[in-house]
Amino acid sequence: MTSTQTDPVAGAGGAAPNPTPPSQPPALAPLELARWTWRQLTSMRTALVLLFLLALAAVPGSVVPQRDIDQVAVADWERDHPTLARVYDALGLFSVYDSVWFSAIYILLMVSLVGCVVPRLRIYWRGMRARPPRAPRNLGRLPESRRWVVDAPPDAVLQEAAGVLRKRRYRVDSDLAGDGAVAAERGYLREAGNLLFHASVLLVLVAFAFGQLYGYKGGVITVVGQGFSNALSQYDDFSPGSLFAPDDLSPLSFTVEDFDVSFLTSGPNMGQPEDFSAKVRYAAEPGDEPQDYDLKVNHPLTLDGVNVFLVGHGYAPVVTVRDGNGDVAYEGPVTFLPQDASFASFGVLKVPDAAPDQLGFEGLFLPTYGFTMARGPFSQFPDDLDPVLSLVPYRGDLGLDEGSPQSVYQLDKDDLRTFKSTDASRGSAARLKLSPGDTVELPDGAGSITFDRVDRWVKLQVSDTPGKGLALLGVLLGILGLMGSLFIRPRRAWVRASADPEDGRRTVVELAGLDRSSGGDLAGEIDELERQLRSDQEDS
Amino acid sequence: MTTADFAAFSNNAVMFASIVYVLAFVAHVTEWATGRAVTVTEVTEVAEPEAALVGGSPSPAQAAPRPVDEDHEERVDKWGRIGLALTVVAVLLHGAALVTRGLGADPIRVPWGNMYEFTLAGSFGVGLMYLLLGRRYHLRWMGLPVTAFEVVVLMLAGLLLYVPAGPLVPALHSYWLVIHVAAAVVASGAFAVGAIAAVLFLVKDRAGRRGSLRPGGYLDRLPELNALDRLSYRLHAFGFPIWTFAALVAGPIWAEYAWGRYWNWDPKEVWAFITWVVYAAYLHARATAGWRGKAAAVIALVGFATLLFNFVGINFFFGGGSLHSYAG
Ligand code: HEM
Repeated sequence: MTSTQTDPVAGAGGAAPNPTPPSQPPALAPLELARWTWRQLTSMRTALVLLFLLALAAVPGSVVPQRDIDQVAVADWERDHPTLARVYDALGLFSVYDSVWFSAIYILLMVSLVGCVVPRLRIYWRGMRARPPRAPRNLGRLPESRRWVVDAPPDAVLQEAAGVLRKRRYRVDSDLAGDGAVAAERGYLREAGNLLFHASVLLVLVAFAFGQLYGYKGGVITVVGQGFSNALSQYDDFSPGSLFAPDDLSPLSFTVEDFDVSFLTSGPNMGQPEDFSAKVRYAAEPGDEPQDYDLKVNHPLTLDGVNVFLVGHGYAPVVTVRDGNGDVAYEGPVTFLPQDASFASFGVLKVPDAAPDQLGFEGLFLPTYGFTMARGPFSQFPDDLDPVLSLVPYRGDLGLDEGSPQSVYQLDKDDLRTFKSTDASRGSAARLKLSPGDTVELPDGAGSITFDRVDRWVKLQVSDTPGKGLALLGVLLGILGLMGSLFIRPRRAWVRASADPEDGRRTVVELAGLDRSSGGDLAGEIDELERQLRSDQEDS
Repeated sequence: MTTADFAAFSNNAVMFASIVYVLAFVAHVTEWATGRAVTVTEVTEVAEPEAALVGGSPSPAQAAPRPVDEDHEERVDKWGRIGLALTVVAVLLHGAALVTRGLGADPIRVPWGNMYEFTLAGSFGVGLMYLLLGRRYHLRWMGLPVTAFEVVVLMLAGLLLYVPAGPLVPALHSYWLVIHVAAAVVASGAFAVGAIAAVLFLVKDRAGRRGSLRPGGYLDRLPELNALDRLSYRLHAFGFPIWTFAALVAGPIWAEYAWGRYWNWDPKEVWAFITWVVYAAYLHARATAGWRGKAAAVIALVGFATLLFNFVGINFFFGGGSLHSYAG
């Protein structure tokens, strides 16, 4: 590879176009300074440093929770480290990959890449059309050379040599006259591959940035039997790219008709989900004939580039709550969030319509009930074999009118009271245990709750990342280019034929080669050339 | 055979493979110990075997005549061949362990669903790449570190990471996972072998500089520095496109199917990307005057460290925080 650095013209060796930039900025006119800066930026050494910076800059994003990925984790972190969180936030550590400094590095890298590729394209273009360089005077001094004597006249030898070299896909200088030697070169595609690779990196970066800016990802929890239409207000969580506009949402809608899950019932991994799938009826646009689709993990629904994924599931017990006046104040499913692999799930029910007091419930849903004194109630198995609701009821003011938004998974207990337990041995607050079909009266005639049945919910993720086809094309082209760049061996070979000074009727054949990249087996190639030349000459 | 039979066979095969790796290691130790014991009796000019094998021209230092006892050389070579043959057996057993591990689950599946299987597959990749690339690049002198590596890794896998065979969680059902992990395993294997070459380059370079190269010793018998450097480059160059495919094509496609986003900046992805960037930097460094040789070797090792960290560190330190975590 060293040899190529002095020989940029043919450009096939892939040396940096700007060997060593001057290390001192010249105290000259602005134009000079700009030129100097540009040369610095597009030097291989700068590329190297920028690559390292990029690797380094990517690290914090794997350590500090990221807003785009897990908002809950970020919120938890902020709660645990309030002061540090402010510093981190100012540094953009919660969204590393769209922070100013991360963007700065890759934009610099892109500029450097352009500055690197464009001049090399020019050089390559010239090199492509150049003829293989003439044979050096002394072939014996090249890294590999051979010499032998034949009977055929020099012209015939050269003619044959040109044929052999062409067959081995060398470009041969056909002007045989005068020089008494054939010059050949191959491996031009190496530099082409390298250029293709670097251009592909640019393409991928652009496609990726496009996807990040215009894409979105949202999560919806939908109880089986209920529907969804693609509007911002329907999402439980939503993370748009910075240039995303809500109008870009495609007018997709669907109903979750059914959900199936099976769990392993034996073996060391008992309780692990074996498979789950949801049946949905969807319409790509309002008014379309609804279609059926089986959503599974790794089997998304794709419409117009928008993907709908099944990413999770859980239980939604259906309950009916009557208030102190005997009126139905709530009727329907309540989403409980699984806490662990046994699907013991936590949930909250707020009944603001209850009178005279508002009612609230908080507690666990246990799909397969189990109880020990040590653990208390727990779930033995994730399937709903023996479902039980274990709830603590509250009454008072749910605090929903105070204006500040509340999570549906949290009770604001400031103005709520528990009921007094009838069995003091199990704690002072009343706790209700219900199986499907059970109705339990609340103490003091405050109302009742009925556990009607168990429904399930699924969590769907809807996402759109425009430009992904382009990014994939870019990476594939990049790999193609890379293989060319890494494995094609640019190489030169010369054959000279001259009258033997000792015996004028015979001809001395000299063969020599030069590898223009490191790591090639030049000796093997020259041996093979010699074998073919000799066998050809012996044939004739 | 039943599922349970396969699972039991897999465990036994891992044990036998470990034992044969130990034997191979012992053979290689004997090889080098015998080499060092070469007595200075005759002075014959023999072409340096390793340098000739890697296709490099002998360096001035090694072209110098060295005292060689031919009988001894033959014995050294014999031990080396025994070591290599044992390694072939061990790698076959290792592969059998991996296959039966997959057959030992019900339903049958690819054998990389948890850390134990991952380690088994990764170390198999190292052994396989050592043998396959070794055919082309004549890597027998690497037998000592490779077998040592296998012994240690299989022991750690058996002692710390073992879990009984079982099915995959649904998120892992995808043939893209097969492609993704297979490519990652092959690339990691090549990088590991390349990292060994880089380490040996650095160690030999240092010893040469301090003048502590013992004639006939392990370091002395390694290929000369230039050849080591070039070899390390070729191994990395072999691994790099495969890694690119694993991390930047197959991985994102799988992620697109499984999670709806081809790139999530998940810790595992971030570190696969970091590894990729560092190896790209390595390839650049080798093309930059002043970075070739020692600096490049160090960068290659940094790359390998990031690879290992991704493999081990992410699962242990980040646990459930990563969608890719198979630690549980
Ligand atoms: C995102 C940034 C970049 C990436 C990922 C990247 C990647 C690579 C890779 C993997 C190679 C290895 C090919 C080989 O060894 O033949 C390479 C070679 C090369 N790169 Fe880059 N590169 C980047 C930016 C740049 C920049 C900015 C320059 C300009 C200074 C540059 C100049 C070169 C040159 C001249 C080679 C040829 C080295 C050789 O073949 O010996 N690269 N690049």
